[in-house]
Amino acid sequence: MKTFGKIFNFCVYFLLYAPLLIMVFFSFNESKSTSVFTGFSLKWYNELFSKSDIMEALRNTIVLAVASAFIATILGTVAAVGLYKMRNKYLYNTMNTVTNIPMMNPDIVTGVSLMLLFVFAGKLLGLSEYLNFFTLLISHITFNIPYVILNVLPKLRQTDEHLYEAAMDLGCTPIRAFFKVVMPAIMPGVISGALMSFTLSLDDFVISYYTTGADFQTLPLKIFAMTKKTVKPDMYALSTLIFVTILVLLIVINIVQERSERKLKGDNK
Amino acid sequence: MNKKRLGSIALNSPYTVWSVIFIVVPLFIVAYYAFTDKSGAFTIDNIVQLKEYKEIFGISILYSVIATLITLLISYPFAYFLSRQSEMSRRLQMMLVMLPMWMNLLIRTYSWMNILERNGLINNFLGMFGIEPIKMIGTPGAVIFGMVYNYLPYMILPIYTVMSKIEPSLLEAAEDLGCNGFNKLRRVIMPLSLPGVVSGITMVFVPSVSTFYISQKLGDGKITLVGDAIERQMQTSYNYNLGASISLVLMVMILISVAVMNRFSDEDGGMVV
Repeated sequence: MKTFGKIFNFCVYFLLYAPLLIMVFFSFNESKSTSVFTGFSLKWYNELFSKSDIMEALRNTIVLAVASAFIATILGTVAAVGLYKMRNKYLYNTMNTVTNIPMMNPDIVTGVSLMLLFVFAGKLLGLSEYLNFFTLLISHITFNIPYVILNVLPKLRQTDEHLYEAAMDLGCTPIRAFFKVVMPAIMPGVISGALMSFTLSLDDFVISYYTTGADFQTLPLKIFAMTKKTVKPDMYALSTLIFVTILVLLIVINIVQERSERKLKGDNK
Repeated sequence: MNKKRLGSIALNSPYTVWSVIFIVVPLFIVAYYAFTDKSGAFTIDNIVQLKEYKEIFGISILYSVIATLITLLISYPFAYFLSRQSEMSRRLQMMLVMLPMWMNLLIRTYSWMNILERNGLINNFLGMFGIEPIKMIGTPGAVIFGMVYNYLPYMILPIYTVMSKIEPSLLEAAEDLGCNGFNKLRRVIMPLSLPGVVSGITMVFVPSVSTFYISQKLGDGKITLVGDAIERQMQTSYNYNLGASISLVLMVMILISVAVMNRFSDEDGGMVV
């Protein structure tokens, strides 16, 4: 049974990684083909860096991800504190359901609904172009906020309310008590919410596809446009670089997590 | 007291306003577009027209149900075997499962297209043995395969999470009480892992039924799913009203099936993102 399990899981990993390995492999191809390997070369990487539209898309993607994660983290954290303190059960349940909508709905429906909102509003205001960077930013913030709330709310429930009260008894104003006592306790949730927002925004294609204007392209949108025609290995080179970046990021996050866990265990002893 | 109330309003209002404008209102706007024509007059034409899309809805549901079942059949044993390994190996393997998920779906799908196409890797390989090329791109099988491949981690993660929480002592107790391997699975592991299975099914079914890129690439444009139909109306034909009515029906359908699925699990314990 044990050997069978190992073989089975190995096959699943093979399936998961086959297309990624092929992509990395053919990004080093000398010729234009993505299915016949003719020789090793780095020319597609060179070509990639000389393409200004791809570099611009990369810059746009990062600007958008940082901005939307930053705003969503602030709005989401405030919202989580508000929800935590909310005593009206009916209101709480309603807000909870509303928060779940973007996570439950398929991306395409979220994208279409936001697009129609912007088109509708644009028509009302008499604009000629309905979609631009700001509509895209609003959309990304909207689908990020629920994930921030999801990360912060459990941390708030774990904090000791007496600490907050004690801080106020010792003369802190409510706002000061919040930043001195509550904020440090929920910080891990805030950070993981921000990180999740950042990566979701980096990766999003479907919602961006419906809510961006013609003048603001992100990397996933660029890749979509590139795959409409026959793809040259330069897209594989781009994907390989993304893959390596993600790999390094994941390893770093894991090491940091493990260290903090070990430290926590050490403190408890 | 009054001050406290003011604080609560200050905390809650930004997100409440935001979510009303950008989550609730857009849904009503979709309904508005679905029930009006280009000039803004009320009509049910868009809804009536949906009967032409009956087949597309049927195929989308059928393919995604099949894909979800296959994903479950692969993920369940995978998660089980994974949960029996040492902690160090589990941590590493979780990373291995999640890594492809962070790669853009477009890239992963396109790469498969390269492997499966007529002049692709598999057919080139078979050609070396003199075997005629097999047609894979453009078949329902390729589209279903694309769904299975892309959403597999979404099934593995929640099932693995609940399985790793099952106490080994529970399984030992079942053995002591005379359970054989099969009964142990049926009476202990399966009931305890149900919440993970339920959230895994929702997390695979929802993106599968609404996809359009997978069917475009692996279906070679010959297979039209609901997502493709919406995309065409919104981005090519610019018939927002029809696009909205298809979206509306898709949304209602999914919300109902998610609500039904959630009835099966008592709590959202298996929900992992």
